[in-house]
Amino acid sequence: MNQEIIVAILATAITAGTPILYAALGEVLAERAGILNLGVEGIMLVGAVSGFILALHTANPWTGLAVAMLAGGLMALIHALLTVTLKANQVVSGLALTMFGTGLSGYLGKAYVGKPLPVPFKVTPIPVLSDIPVIGPVFFQHDPLVYLSYILVPALWFFVFRTRAGLHLRAVGENPAAADSMGINVFFIRYIYVIIGGMLAGIGGAYLSLHYVPSWMENMTAGRGWIAVALVIFATWNPANALWGAYFFGGLDALGFRLQTLNVMISPYFLKMLPYIFTIVVLILVTKRNITNHIGAPQALGLPYDREER
Amino acid sequence: MIVYGTKYVIEKKLAPSSSAYVVIPFSSIILALLVGAAFLVLSGHNFFEVYTAMFRGAFGSTYGLSETVVRTIPLTLTSLGVALAFRMQLWNIGGEGQLYMGAFAATWVALTFPGGSAWWVMPAMILLGMLVGGLWALLPAIPRAIWGVNEIITTLMLNYVAIFWVDFLVYGPWKDPHGFNFPLTATFSSGAILPSLGNSRIHAGLFFGLILAVIFYVVIYRTRWGYEIRVTGENPGAARYAGINIKKNIMLVMFFSGAVCGLAGMSEVSGIAHRLQHGLSPGYGFTGIIIAWLSRLNPFVIVIVTFLFGGLQVGGYIVQTSGIPSSMVTMLQGLLLFFVLGGELLTNYQVKKVPAKKVTAAPAGDDSV
Repeated sequence: MNQEIIVAILATAITAGTPILYAALGEVLAERAGILNLGVEGIMLVGAVSGFILALHTANPWTGLAVAMLAGGLMALIHALLTVTLKANQVVSGLALTMFGTGLSGYLGKAYVGKPLPVPFKVTPIPVLSDIPVIGPVFFQHDPLVYLSYILVPALWFFVFRTRAGLHLRAVGENPAAADSMGINVFFIRYIYVIIGGMLAGIGGAYLSLHYVPSWMENMTAGRGWIAVALVIFATWNPANALWGAYFFGGLDALGFRLQTLNVMISPYFLKMLPYIFTIVVLILVTKRNITNHIGAPQALGLPYDREER
Repeated sequence: MIVYGTKYVIEKKLAPSSSAYVVIPFSSIILALLVGAAFLVLSGHNFFEVYTAMFRGAFGSTYGLSETVVRTIPLTLTSLGVALAFRMQLWNIGGEGQLYMGAFAATWVALTFPGGSAWWVMPAMILLGMLVGGLWALLPAIPRAIWGVNEIITTLMLNYVAIFWVDFLVYGPWKDPHGFNFPLTATFSSGAILPSLGNSRIHAGLFFGLILAVIFYVVIYRTRWGYEIRVTGENPGAARYAGINIKKNIMLVMFFSGAVCGLAGMSEVSGIAHRLQHGLSPGYGFTGIIIAWLSRLNPFVIVIVTFLFGGLQVGGYIVQTSGIPSSMVTMLQGLLLFFVLGGELLTNYQVKKVPAKKVTAAPAGDDSV
């Protein structure tokens, strides 16, 4: 393979990885607060469809993005209400959210299937930086949402590990009872981060319908929300690690697509299986590594917090 | 700060109320339909007409009823399958993929012995369908048992793999040469087809679900192994202390869970489609998860609830002709689960009215006073 093809694959890896990255960053925040949200797939779908519809009608991708964030936040609010206040089973609530989101997005998007979007997020190369050989075309010839994620990842890392609010967030996920007795409002914090997580997943979905494809198809996320959930374990609940993981999966996507166009003698159905099989393999390897390195999920992940049972 | 007024607090009940077991599912159905109605109205449909058409379509005629029963066959099986795993707090979200793999294995038998009116063809399809469905579930069960690898994600990922595998077969090597290029295999010979009732599509697969519901009940509540599963599900620590082999049980339970879902796939190809085809299941594996939870993992309740869901799916299919997207059914199912989950709180908690008097307001977020 010559350099041009490698650069093209790496650049596509970033584009393909960005929707997963946004969703994974959101899930990192929710899980750091102790709430497992398996509704990411459904939230992404609702984000994708609502963003697409609004961008189409207002002829502006930014309004689409804003609405996708709003819709994602509202979807996550349902999960927060059920799991934080009503103390429902987080696994089942997340599954319900995914199912609801799949149905709702299909329902809302029925009339929009396959319509092209005349105003997608456009590739805007960053001056000077994009002229650097190899690094330029790989990292700096993208759309605004990719650049935004470059800023978001270190910002979130700093927030989670270096600020007081981040400490509170982690405390709530590790030991809510202790956090509570320190005067931290466990319920409020959980609500906030589940909702922010949903907004980020909404961006991830909108990225697909506003740039990556760009149009709306039923179930267009194709499991990316679930890959994002797996990615959080891979990233050991650290926003910075989520970046590499997302680009790794994006690279797989890009590679599979590349192989298809190169007429390799592998059935496209097997190539399509790749990201899912890799997710499983990576999850097994990472879980083993996390065991040996004594890295675990936030202690209180998945457990409802009940003040009476302190 | 002093506040005057009535305050409502949520209090834990000493014993779960039994009436809630009946009240919650029914009020959940009504609330889900109400929210669904709001969506219908917003998109310019008359919700009353839509719901009436759905109900009539599913339960209002012999044909509709028979189609509802047809849907309950795979749904009962996938619900029972995932419910078995849920009993042990094992989240088998891979029912859909296990269904496809069971269908694949059964089809392999039917296509490999095409003349097959031999007596053993049908039992072989059943056994192999269950075996392969079970092995497909065992695949994620092994890393779960040994290293604690999250089975939610692995079982879900395997759904995609299984569906692409069946697509590969029906678009490729197994495609019927006389099938006008449609993604389906050749039709099975008579020996590989489950007998059906009269002119309807109701087939003998109905008995699989009913028999398995009884077996499920007996195993879970009347055997030592069932007791182990229940203890492990409710209190893994106690189970380990009691010397229960949790790793072995994880693998066994997941295998049988997958086997039952595989049987659902076998009965779909053998009783309904009479061939393997693209898009064999409209998400029976996922709907089974909702039914299982709604039924509180009770096998006999599952059989009843499945009938309602079968009706919902047939009704949804009927109103598609008047422009209602089929995704409305998926949406209603998700809504239903929301309300059931929310309502569960009411079985274990009660809202208590504190009479109007001087109360010292607690810090924000404190709901227990």
